[in-house]
Amino acid sequence: MKPFAYARVTTLEDALAAAREPGTVVLAGGTELLNWLRLGISGPDRLVDISRVAGLDRIERLPGGGLRIGALVRLNHVAADEDVERDWPVLREAIHRSASAQLRNLATIGANLLQKTRCPYFRSEDSAPCNRRVPGSGCGARQGHDERHALFGWTEDCIATQPSDPAVALAALDAQVVTRSASGGRRIAVTDFHVLPADGVDRDTVLEHGELIEAIELGAPAPRSAYVKVRERESYEYALASAAATVELDDGGRIESARIALGSVALRPWRLTEAEHRIAGLAPDDPAVTAALAAALEQAHPVPGSAYKIAIARGAARRALMTAAEVHP
Amino acid sequence: MSAPQFADHVDLRLRVNGVVRALDRIDARVSLLDLLREHLELTGAKKGCNHGECGACTVLLDGHRVNGCMVLAAAADGREVVTVEGLASDGQLHAVQRAFIEHDAFQCGFCTPGQVISAVACISEGHATEEREIREWMSGNICRCSSYPQIVEAVKAAAAAENNPPPR
Repeated sequence: MKPFAYARVTTLEDALAAAREPGTVVLAGGTELLNWLRLGISGPDRLVDISRVAGLDRIERLPGGGLRIGALVRLNHVAADEDVERDWPVLREAIHRSASAQLRNLATIGANLLQKTRCPYFRSEDSAPCNRRVPGSGCGARQGHDERHALFGWTEDCIATQPSDPAVALAALDAQVVTRSASGGRRIAVTDFHVLPADGVDRDTVLEHGELIEAIELGAPAPRSAYVKVRERESYEYALASAAATVELDDGGRIESARIALGSVALRPWRLTEAEHRIAGLAPDDPAVTAALAAALEQAHPVPGSAYKIAIARGAARRALMTAAEVHP
Repeated sequence: MSAPQFADHVDLRLRVNGVVRALDRIDARVSLLDLLREHLELTGAKKGCNHGECGACTVLLDGHRVNGCMVLAAAADGREVVTVEGLASDGQLHAVQRAFIEHDAFQCGFCTPGQVISAVACISEGHATEEREIREWMSGNICRCSSYPQIVEAVKAAAAAENNPPPR
């Protein structure tokens, strides 16, 4: 690991001032950053520890029924929150299916969105072709092992996927990322937060250098919501594919509105917007719902080794939707 | 507001197993795990993968179980750490340690300190009521000898003993 200088800050102002200096990276929970440092994915001159910045570790109810989750709230604390459990179960489930209890006690909800891909060429300890690690070196996975890769939105430059579980739930919830920077701050929809390869492989998110996530904001409660994660072992493993769904039912039990996001199929959570519109007005167990989800997955353009994930993603989407609607077909 | 002082070595004070330890000029890159093992001679927590994937380095940080390899020692300054060496008291092993022995919950023993610390936390969190829950909430501790059935039994027994302590 390359030497760096460390400092801890306790105010957001100090954090912003330090983070905008060149060669500086930000430490929060550390569960990603420490591995980036070890692998040489990141090699900063300075590391600013923001984990004790005051005020970013709270969860507050918003006027209008939403929820503001401070960026530094640890994943396990988000999942244990009573409001989250009651009103946004999809987020609680996605967190509980992430990583391990130990890692969730460290990892923060804000920086969880900054996870980088698990593509083995990107994470390689030896030099392997990867346009994200070494610009212009090529995509090792495109010519090699491509069985944990993208179904949507990839290019010849990069076929990787975004591995975060909470991000998928947050995308289905239309959550907002609230940021602060020297010039002010902004609100970014989680669905617009990650950068697809077509827009460049030199960055993972739209966050600018020195811009910090202050909070994640949830809108209206989504008590009918669920997360389904399919993986090669029952726990403590990344998804082959996952799905988050929220649904509102009318008095007759038909779908009034639904939101569905897939995980681990692209470099951002992938919303099935067209299918969401098509299933409005249908009973959750109507065969037309299954057909709409199948049609959505027919638009997938998988890399060859990952074509098998289409059926998994389709099944996960259906199961998440049925579970959210409390229908057991 | 004073500008933060960046330094490549840091002075640390932290409470480890109930004792305040002061360390000077520790390289900023040192992990909490390496601080314990290399600077404080506490080799209970093991370095398995050094990537947060195996759980052999699990310790309690301010009462919460964490992977010692994923925490910078500098970031643990001022915190309270408990390792497997800090569990026994008055010459008596902790109830979880006794349960691991009684249930043969290990073969080679390399993962055991992490398993034991993780189990202590799992029980105090209230995540040890039944087998499925124990398996889920202990999944961050990998056992290459695959002693999982015995580990589950040990955690279950220790949790039950904690809820119904024997008369002393």
